[in-house]
Amino acid sequence: MAEIVQGGGGKGGKKKAKKGSARIDMTPMVDLAFLLLTFFVLAATLAKPKAMEIIYPKEVDDKEDKTKLDDALATTLLLGEHENEVFYYTGAYKPDTTQLMLTDLSKDGFRKIMLDKNARVNDQVLQLKAKLESKEIDEATYEEAYKQVVGDKDAPFVVIKTVDETKFKNVISAMDELNICNVRKRAIQDMAETEAIAVRQRAAELDLKKK
Amino acid sequence: MSKIKIAKSHSNRSGTRSSSTAPSLDMTPMVDLAFLLVTFFMLTAKFRNMEPIEADPPSSTSLTQLPEKVMLITIDTAGRAYFDISGRTVREKLINRMMVRYPGLKMTQEQIENFSKMGTFGQPVEMLPQYISGDDDIKNALDEVGKGIPLDSLNNQLGDWIQEGYYAFVDDATEQGLTREQLKEDGLRYAIKADANTEYAKVEKVIDVFREKQIFQFNMVTNLEGSDANADASLTAE
Repeated sequence: MAEIVQGGGGKGGKKKAKKGSARIDMTPMVDLAFLLLTFFVLAATLAKPKAMEIIYPKEVDDKEDKTKLDDALATTLLLGEHENEVFYYTGAYKPDTTQLMLTDLSKDGFRKIMLDKNARVNDQVLQLKAKLESKEIDEATYEEAYKQVVGDKDAPFVVIKTVDETKFKNVISAMDELNICNVRKRAIQDMAETEAIAVRQRAAELDLKKK
Repeated sequence: MSKIKIAKSHSNRSGTRSSSTAPSLDMTPMVDLAFLLVTFFMLTAKFRNMEPIEADPPSSTSLTQLPEKVMLITIDTAGRAYFDISGRTVREKLINRMMVRYPGLKMTQEQIENFSKMGTFGQPVEMLPQYISGDDDIKNALDEVGKGIPLDSLNNQLGDWIQEGYYAFVDDATEQGLTREQLKEDGLRYAIKADANTEYAKVEKVIDVFREKQIFQFNMVTNLEGSDANADASLTAE
């Protein structure tokens, strides 16, 4: 227990009483201080939520806009019911002829594909970043130029399609991959029935191959 | 300055005492610093309110901070929706507005006070007074059996909370003397915090409620991904 050691005042040591001033054992206090310090440091760093901004289109389905986009620039990412089985195809969906390709949402999966497809935009973005770092342009000009580059009408766009069972984290990782690849033209849609069937068939095919 | 006092070795003739004293360290500066830090963290710490649900958001590389003035809808794995809005005065205005919209909702002054201090909640309007007055046990029990804030088209209470929340926020901001232009820059933001394993369709239901109210821009709450934090570096490497 905490004791207060005071020099002098007693019967015995008259010599000590003269020399030593009142001393307090600080160890428990220091212990407490560090305990509190540790607590606050840990508690403070843990509570730092980050947020990802997502903008949804005004109309649920505006077909007019869709037809304006060039099919050749389109990539569709199909997020099925299985977390690790993600398919994609390019261009418009044509039953029978469209081949679904298997990929995943890791660093070497969909990101590589999109970085490749979006190479032109990425180059421009890198140039802009270099300019920003060398202070050639300021933050506001950079933002403006960035928006123009990623919003270019020839920039590839991605449609993310989900089924009812798709996990939220998959949608977020897909969006995250697109952010990393500077693909700003994207949309989230429900998967069409034909596509859902195709995904299931393809998954079954791949399963067979594995065995 | 800090000094390290070490008892000198036996060669010191004058000190008969030196052999008895152990090496001692002046801890005062360290203790001063420790208390300074404790004080700093204590004063800057903001305690979060108890949250009725556990929702572990997915991770992403996004570095954007969650905005300060925010309306937060939390969604758990079962798809239950919970509502929260920042600012005590905003909450007070909100609950008064809700009492006008739902004449059945009657609250005492004390309950209004408690509501404005409370954090996230996920109870239908009918259960709200009981929930607010209840102690922690009652709250837990109600949360366990509760189905969150109703958001189906017949009884779209979440939509009402969103709408009234927005108006309450605008009222509060005008009272504080903010102009329309300032509000555009620094207005209310909408955040959705969903558990990583929630089905997207359930999140979409909440988003659809927002869309009905002409709100299209959201902040999805995420945890920072540790290993992938320098995503830009990988870009340059390509």
